[in-house]
Amino acid sequence: MKKIRAIAATGNLSTGFREETLVRAVQQGAHFIGCDAGTTDSGPYYLGSGNPRGPREGTKRNLRLMIREALNAGIPVIIGSAGHAGGTPHLNWTLEIVRELARENAWHFTLAAIDSEVPKEHLLKAFLAGRIAPLCPAPELHETSIRQAERFVAMMGIEPIQSALNAGAQVVVAGRCSDVAIYAALPVLEGIPKHVAFHAGKILECGSAAVAQRFYSDCMAAELDQDGFTVEPPNPTFRCTPQSVAAHTLYENADPYHLIESGGVVDTTAAKYEATSDRAVRVSGARFIPSEKYTVKIEGAALAGYRSIVVAGIRDPLVLRQLEPFLSSLRTVVERKIEDNLKLSRDAYTLQFRVYGSNGSLGQAEPCPQVEGHEVGLIIDVVAPSQSLAADILPIVWHTGLHHPIPEQQGLISNLAFPFSPPGADMGPVYRFCANHVWQLDDPCKPFRMAIEHL
Amino acid sequence: MRELCEFTKLIRSKNAGPFELTFDIMFKDENCFREVMSSGKLSAELIAQLYRVDRKQVRFWVIESLLTVKISIPRPVFSGDVDDTDVYGGQFHGPLVRLPVEAD
Repeated sequence: MKKIRAIAATGNLSTGFREETLVRAVQQGAHFIGCDAGTTDSGPYYLGSGNPRGPREGTKRNLRLMIREALNAGIPVIIGSAGHAGGTPHLNWTLEIVRELARENAWHFTLAAIDSEVPKEHLLKAFLAGRIAPLCPAPELHETSIRQAERFVAMMGIEPIQSALNAGAQVVVAGRCSDVAIYAALPVLEGIPKHVAFHAGKILECGSAAVAQRFYSDCMAAELDQDGFTVEPPNPTFRCTPQSVAAHTLYENADPYHLIESGGVVDTTAAKYEATSDRAVRVSGARFIPSEKYTVKIEGAALAGYRSIVVAGIRDPLVLRQLEPFLSSLRTVVERKIEDNLKLSRDAYTLQFRVYGSNGSLGQAEPCPQVEGHEVGLIIDVVAPSQSLAADILPIVWHTGLHHPIPEQQGLISNLAFPFSPPGADMGPVYRFCANHVWQLDDPCKPFRMAIEHL
Repeated sequence: MRELCEFTKLIRSKNAGPFELTFDIMFKDENCFREVMSSGKLSAELIAQLYRVDRKQVRFWVIESLLTVKISIPRPVFSGDVDDTDVYGGQFHGPLVRLPVEAD
């Protein structure tokens, strides 16, 4: 019976793994090394700005070890969601590191780059043809919002990666990509059933996260066959238990039993998790339900404005006991000043008082926003149509707030403790996710552009 | 009155993509699991009320084999939006940790 051994270098390419663990994992036998490099978890900034999350040196170190081990063993490396958001600039950033490594180490291999950025005119065409549908919940998408957005990417399934492998790629760098597809592409190509390959992909995608006690980020390995897979951490000090592996199926997934992927749904309702040693777990029993129509997820980011912030503390108990009315009367005063000085009506910008010690972490969802401590932290948060406007609004707010009166104190008071001079900083552009949609495709590879390079 | 965290080994919240939040509550053992579940305190209604979302939007699973309760809700504000407070959604479980749970 054919077996495929998959190695996940780590949960995110930027976070790292131990060199000796990867070496050991490859020595134990491996058919490929995969690694996810991205997520939408860190918010819309990276997709919107085109900036990678980095760090460059750490990413380069991890790629160097993965490619070195893979070339020595004659197996491919598969990187998904390059540069964090998987757009063209993120892909190019990663490719540049790979080329640099090839030059520095005199390595020669076939590199496949798969670009997943969707030009706006392509998306618009698909949208107008009725091939884009919203998931739930989703921001509203229409012709104008597509035109105004900064960038869109489509999340590829296994098929574009399989094309790259079929083309002889030894290193595959994919733009935005399903985490699971990184690990399912090669096994499915080699005849492993999808219910096994996709479920294994879900367990592998976070690297060592599926172990019982994760002391640091490290590699993970699984052996896949026709009936199921066995997952065992290559780091001898880590252990997988049926509980730890099953629990990882829940992680970051809204539905514990149904994992929605391009091409179908992995149903783990009847999955079994059995210990085969004190460190290894055998997983079987998932089902793969093919979807009627093949869709890929679309992610998009649009510019929402430019942010400037000030950080301050409030310690006076007389201010704290009336904090809400204090801040709302301050708001009224500054809105008038901003209108007088900058000719900006209050709907032309966003002014938020983020109060730590009240509802800073949860905002409107905080069930107990009353202040109970002896101080609060305040972030004055301004988002305006340009950075210079945000920077002009900010001093009006903080300086007015500094001396804003309360009835119990007669005479000029200073209410805000600023730890810094200047008290704040410009934060740059702010983006928002503007799509949570699926695109119905006739060909799963269609939106993805592959380029082969012989290094 | 005992609190939920006395019965659990893990209470966490996390984004499930930028538009949803998911909560995983894993119990220490079967007794802890049974005691909390039979109290009726941990329910979809409670989550709807606590996070001010429509009851119909709360997805609530009791996974006996893992002694786990999993709950997913739409995010009140999409991740990273101008008025978001928690980009990773990692602190939304806070109000659940000290949830009063009556013993039988």
